[in-house]
Amino acid sequence: MSVDTSKQPLTTPAGTGPLVRLEQVTKRFGDNTVLDHLDFSVDAGKHVTLIGPSGSGKTTILRLLMTLTKPDEGTITVDGERLFPASEKQCREVRKKIGMVFQQFNLFPNMTVLRNLTEAPVTVLGLSKDEAEERARELLDLVGLADKCDVRPTQLSGGQQQRVAIARALAMRPKVLLLDEVTSALDPELVAGVLDLLRDIARSTDITMLCVTHEMNFARDISDQVLMFDSGRILEAGPPEKIFGDPEQERTREFISAVL
Amino acid sequence: MNWDWSAVSDFMPHFWDGLVVTLEALALGSLISFALGLVWALLMRTPTRWVRWPVGVVTEFVRDTPLLVQLFFLFYVLPERGVTMSALTTGVVAIGLHYSTYTMQVYRAGIEAVPVGQWEAATALSLPVRRTWTAVILPQAVRRVVPALGNYVIAMLKDTPMLMVITVLEMLGQARLFSQQTFRFTEPLTVIGVAFVVVSYLASLLLRTLERRLVR
Repeated sequence: MSVDTSKQPLTTPAGTGPLVRLEQVTKRFGDNTVLDHLDFSVDAGKHVTLIGPSGSGKTTILRLLMTLTKPDEGTITVDGERLFPASEKQCREVRKKIGMVFQQFNLFPNMTVLRNLTEAPVTVLGLSKDEAEERARELLDLVGLADKCDVRPTQLSGGQQQRVAIARALAMRPKVLLLDEVTSALDPELVAGVLDLLRDIARSTDITMLCVTHEMNFARDISDQVLMFDSGRILEAGPPEKIFGDPEQERTREFISAVL
Repeated sequence: MNWDWSAVSDFMPHFWDGLVVTLEALALGSLISFALGLVWALLMRTPTRWVRWPVGVVTEFVRDTPLLVQLFFLFYVLPERGVTMSALTTGVVAIGLHYSTYTMQVYRAGIEAVPVGQWEAATALSLPVRRTWTAVILPQAVRRVVPALGNYVIAMLKDTPMLMVITVLEMLGQARLFSQQTFRFTEPLTVIGVAFVVVSYLASLLLRTLERRLVR
């Protein structure tokens, strides 16, 4: 019989404790239980990949952390502060530590690329326009789009838009970056560029990443830990070599051979 | 039918007076309906039922009663309650209020057409609610609704002659007054008919320019 990973935290709290922690989190949509008393935590600086069949609850976890939806039960803690249950005010404060990149980019089409990156740092973090623009230009340089400052997002390719979206999330200097199937909406030839960028960011920063992806090679490259989800629970968890090389669960093996 | 150019030139000074009033009523009525319609649309999105419900009832009531009845009501009933406005003000308020119940539907559709991903991105960036509306949602919504709002401007223009019944001397009022004094009907009515076409056309040109500028 397998280890019931849903009952115990997967990483032991060390020193300051985990940066992200979900305890006994349940989320239902009507009669459908998407997450079932889920426990897991992520230590600061770690890169965790969530894999599993669609509908298994991976994206829901990211959406819970981004406060785009609320759990029905359980507690969520980020950086030692309660995200759920918590007051609106507290929730807004804690949320600033989290950034998210979406499958469909979700850039603001009514703003230039530069303004997409400066809007939140100015209005939320209180940076001056100059500071925000300097930060934005650095980030656009990092993602290889320094020349696209004054362009509207709609004039960019999908891959370029996604790189802007990554830069936009980073402009808020989040402690946790949530990546929700960020290459799924891209044309095949554009996927590699975005994944390379994320590999760079994973390597060169100490940002904590939670990543839902179907790109198994990418998951293998960047992950410290891979969580295999099935039916709202963590079926299996471990380092990528283990999950991709020698999984304990037959279901994991099947899933990985089907997507690879 | 005999056409008398001298009747036309006799009418022209009155026509210009009427045109100014018509344009005034149209411009102010449009502004009121655009602003108030947005207010209604936003109020209908508040989480509190105690705001949505009365707004829904009032706007439904205004939308479902004739503008003409509203004009009479505002002009003859409100003064009895101690509220007095000039005839033109009354007319502008009536047109603006009446059409605001239509523009609110336009705004609603425009707001709903903004993809949910835009809201989610705003949340992910921790933008405050107010800023999300002003910087993200409304600029995208308004862009979508300009053509539909434009149609209501034309509709409002064609409803301005109703102001005649509350003594406002807009174009039709001037034409009628002129006819009563001179017994000439063809010339003044033709002149204002042409004027309506010209103003409609200019207004739609203006709106199309605005639309193009916004969409860019």
